[in-house]
Amino acid sequence: MKVTMHVNGRQVSGEAEGRTLLSAFLREELGLTGTHIGCDTSQCGACTVHVDGKQVKSCTMFAAEAEGAEITTIEGMANADGSLSAIQQAFQDYHGLQCGFCTPGMVMAAAALLEEIPQPTEAQIRHHLDGNICRCTGYHNIVKAIQAASGQPVAVAAE
Amino acid sequence: MYNFDFVKPSTVEEAVAALADDEAQPLSGGQTLIPTMKQRLNAPETLVSLLGIEALKGVTVGGDSVTIGAATTHATVAKELAEAYPALAALAGNIGDPAVRNRGTIGGSLANNDPAACYPAAALASGATVVTNRREIPADAYFEGMFATALEEGEIITRVTFPIPDAAAYVKFEQPASRFALAGVFVAKFADGVRVAITGASEEGVFRWSEAEEALSGNFSAEAVSGLSLDPDGMMADLHGSAEYRAHLAKVLTGRAVTAAG
Repeated sequence: MKVTMHVNGRQVSGEAEGRTLLSAFLREELGLTGTHIGCDTSQCGACTVHVDGKQVKSCTMFAAEAEGAEITTIEGMANADGSLSAIQQAFQDYHGLQCGFCTPGMVMAAAALLEEIPQPTEAQIRHHLDGNICRCTGYHNIVKAIQAASGQPVAVAAE
Repeated sequence: MYNFDFVKPSTVEEAVAALADDEAQPLSGGQTLIPTMKQRLNAPETLVSLLGIEALKGVTVGGDSVTIGAATTHATVAKELAEAYPALAALAGNIGDPAVRNRGTIGGSLANNDPAACYPAAALASGATVVTNRREIPADAYFEGMFATALEEGEIITRVTFPIPDAAAYVKFEQPASRFALAGVFVAKFADGVRVAITGASEEGVFRWSEAEEALSGNFSAEAVSGLSLDPDGMMADLHGSAEYRAHLAKVLTGRAVTAAG
């Protein structure tokens, strides 16, 4: 079937089967490989995107369910001039990544959190990241990056 | 996973008609069904999405009850019932993770009746009424064991009405990998008595702990249940916890829920 949606502000169409997951549609049909597939079992959150402004795991939603929806992926997060957004820049400044595999999902999760709670506490940040797994950083620097991106002071300054 | 036809009706009647096919199944948020299909434990020939039916969405707050459309997400319940029924809102706000809460729905959770799901405990302890396209089912007659409910073929939940208790709380002990309840206890205090529902523990799914209900109806304090014990016979046992551990955990959490309810 043909599926049409708005991805990062642009209307796009592609072919999908009933079983085609949104994550596969974004990566294979649209070539937007920034959305990572880590576990494909709804655990790791690397595939997190926004659907109509809501953070979802794109591996646990069918492409057909996104017909007509507004999708934002990591490719849509940079500023209009191509520079990194505040959240992305904070991940770089505070070393919120090592291998970078989980980072697209972390950035999308962080963006959804800051949309809802502009200045979250550390506990709120950690609770919000429940569904995003990172096997490198131990999370501390990710939490610091999100604190910094929200304009709050960070306990330990970046080098 | 095996392929299927995807249909997305906009009314309950159209959905029921589409579900008349033996090989068709309803799809709500899909947070359980999609992982199950990936494992090929489930292979419907047609999936009937219920999320295009606006009549199934939304929350209505009445004087002494709240009504939640079956296709309402956990995130919406957490946000919109924070004042009207805070214990239920808190339960919804701690299911899974934020992404799961933005897709998963109350109707999907109750229809699936996972033995470790949170919502069944709230529905049973609150004495909720499950409303379908055919009838109204009291919670006490709805849950029929692990993954089993009173729902018949072609019957779909349209909304759920929860009486608002005078005091209530839900406390769960999470299995850290799945975030499902290793045991979870919902305590609800009404003028005519206390109801206690336990999820995550029994091989029969959610159940009421009548002994604790009697004790708490006379004395609504954690001490009232401290001397009671649940029989480990019939409790689930796996690598995360033995039957004895779950029985003990459910008792401890009951006391904590009473304390939290105040």
